[in-house]
Amino acid sequence: MLLRRFRLATGIALVASLGISLAACSKSSDESGKVTITVDCPPLKTYNDGKTLEQWNKDVADFEAANPGVTIKSISVGTQCNNPPDFTARLQAGTQADIFYGYMTDLNQVLDADGAEDITDYVNTDTIPNWNDILDSVKNPFIENGRIYGIGYSAYTMGLVYNKKLFTQAGLDPSKPPATWQEVAAAAKKIADAVPGVAGYSEYSAGNTGGWHFTASLYSRGSSPVSADGTKANVLTPEAKAVLQNLKTMRFTDNSVGTTQLQTWPDLLTAAAAGKVGMYLGAPDSITAIVNNFKGSYADWAIAPMPGDNGPAKGALGGGNGYFFKKGLTPEQIKAGLKWIAYEELTPGKGQFDYASQKAIGLPVGLPQPLIWKPGSAQQKADDELKKANSNLNLDDYALYTGNPVPPVAEPANAQAIYAILDGPMGAVLTDPNADIDALLADAQAKIQKVLDDAK
Amino acid sequence: MAVLPLSTGTGAPPRNPAASGDGRTPPPDRSTVRKGRRWRRRLRENLIGHAFLVGAVACFVFFAWFPMVREIVMSFQRTRRGVTRWVGWENYQRIWDDPAFGAAWRNTLLFTLLALVFGFALPYLIAIVLNELRHAQGFLRVVVYLPVILPPAAGLMLFKYLYLPDDSGILNYVLTHLGLPSSQFTQDPTTTVPALVVASTWLNMGSAVLVYLAALQNIPGELYESAEIEGAGLLRRVWHVTIPQTRLVLSLMFLIQVVATMQLFIEPLILAGGNGVQDSATSLVYLMYQHAFLLNDLGGAAALGVMLMLVLLVFSGLYVWLTPKQEEL
Repeated sequence: MLLRRFRLATGIALVASLGISLAACSKSSDESGKVTITVDCPPLKTYNDGKTLEQWNKDVADFEAANPGVTIKSISVGTQCNNPPDFTARLQAGTQADIFYGYMTDLNQVLDADGAEDITDYVNTDTIPNWNDILDSVKNPFIENGRIYGIGYSAYTMGLVYNKKLFTQAGLDPSKPPATWQEVAAAAKKIADAVPGVAGYSEYSAGNTGGWHFTASLYSRGSSPVSADGTKANVLTPEAKAVLQNLKTMRFTDNSVGTTQLQTWPDLLTAAAAGKVGMYLGAPDSITAIVNNFKGSYADWAIAPMPGDNGPAKGALGGGNGYFFKKGLTPEQIKAGLKWIAYEELTPGKGQFDYASQKAIGLPVGLPQPLIWKPGSAQQKADDELKKANSNLNLDDYALYTGNPVPPVAEPANAQAIYAILDGPMGAVLTDPNADIDALLADAQAKIQKVLDDAK
Repeated sequence: MAVLPLSTGTGAPPRNPAASGDGRTPPPDRSTVRKGRRWRRRLRENLIGHAFLVGAVACFVFFAWFPMVREIVMSFQRTRRGVTRWVGWENYQRIWDDPAFGAAWRNTLLFTLLALVFGFALPYLIAIVLNELRHAQGFLRVVVYLPVILPPAAGLMLFKYLYLPDDSGILNYVLTHLGLPSSQFTQDPTTTVPALVVASTWLNMGSAVLVYLAALQNIPGELYESAEIEGAGLLRRVWHVTIPQTRLVLSLMFLIQVVATMQLFIEPLILAGGNGVQDSATSLVYLMYQHAFLLNDLGGAAALGVMLMLVLLVFSGLYVWLTPKQEEL
């Protein structure tokens, strides 16, 4: 009998303590005003020998000291921050962090999964002091029907990244990079002919990156894979045909884009870091990836404006990322999250704009990115001054890109689905000498239309 | 191993007194009472056994059965802006209409067929050869099994470099130095699936070889001695002794192989960027993955999953049907 009572008492105690523990765990803001938020995608421990992560942790400590009662818990999800399928998996499982990283193209799937909180009522100059100086093109990808679900903090526009060393080897002038697609093809042939085993120009064609660059090439020619109102597929166009024909000619007539195709992001950048790529389309921070992830050298690389068709480009694909707020956060958590983002990502001299600290830990300073401030705004001026004062790169390498801005064009709605489809034609023209471009585009047109219809 | 019975009683519920019509409690049925007592006694006796089963059953419930049921439910639903609604056969229709649907079935079936020819026959032949060896059998067994230890992603990355389409690829280097034409491997629609099969076979055959070897070593030596006395050579011994004695293992491995190879995924993902050139590598599971994680279409992915599940159920059913026959041996 005694034993039975003991068991009963133990059971009740266990259940009660478990309940209390769970309640304690699940409560992230209490009456004493203490708030805890989880934030994902801090710098990787393996990146820059861990020094960048140390800097992030220092920023967290400084922020917590300045905001008593707020605790930031950094959650590393490894390289999965830049792997869309992993992002989707976390979103569908509801295991995203309180403040979670996402691309500008992610709003649609985040809202479909009911994964983000409407933070409109909390976004103001109290929580984000520099809110009015941020470009609308950075804010809008996180807004639907006037309601805000996330805060953009990094944006890029694509350009032509080129290897100065290979240009010199091929007898090309590195200070006069190609400005049109016709010049790109000619320069690529010269490089490939002059330096055996090197692709004069390299292009993606798998893992959605091929479609991403197909879209960028269309933008540069003044076209788009979808109609202006976003309801009709739009790849049965002379521009789309020209993009594919140009690549096919470069692959099978000029032999200037290498034989290894179906490349994804790391494939191309690994080859670039090894000095096997003359030119590719990319944002300025792809040079950082070449140096930090794949052991290339800043001295070899420069970036020029996006090439156009027989003239300047009509548009450059712009994208970027930001932080969403997980559905179900308390008002205190949302405010704390906004304050953290304002501190770490949206204040000149702090966090991502703390160029002095970045220079001290060996990070590049001077790249024309992230492009988030309105031209002429106080923040843009402050950012420019800080950048110039701390630059450790040769700014001449980026002068053409910054001095000749191409109008940015946002990625289409349902971008990842459209990119997945456009990988097909890109892969085909880069691997099949008999690829039928008209048939490929007709197929892509039908598939994209289906995506657009299904999304309604 | 003896299987602990979950229930030895009849499972019949106690009779409802109200059902007798006159409101009186009917006299207890002696046999029912006896059975109930026996059931409770056995339950008590096997309590530890049942406790051990709880973990396994819970695992199946949460990680196998629940996801399966959830998948079927999801295949008839669509979620937009957080609102889930029933859409009938719409997801199935969308998957059916997907231009990659036919290619995915074609590639998967071709891969399965080729994987059976190579991945099924080759390990059996290697196991027979290993079984016949008098020396270095242990060493060779380890050598054959080694690729299985390798994580599949790492093994396939090796093949990615082997398959490079220019002379920097080892295979093309060898081919051109032998005066043979080079190949585009996974970049050529005609060679994509065979290239995937070769990589997959190399990675996975070690386990099959061990299973066959175990089966071969269970064949009584007297059978071979008798065959030898009768003048049977190697081929005859294999044909008349080895194959008949291992036919059940062979048929089970055949079915396991079919079920496993039809779930082709990582090979196209790593070696051919997922889809290959114009869907030359797209498999059913990759298409499912694409819909779920790249196209924001979980309903479509679930519908395709149900279709594949139904096909695999046939093979799994055959497997279940054959399993007791093996135990009889």
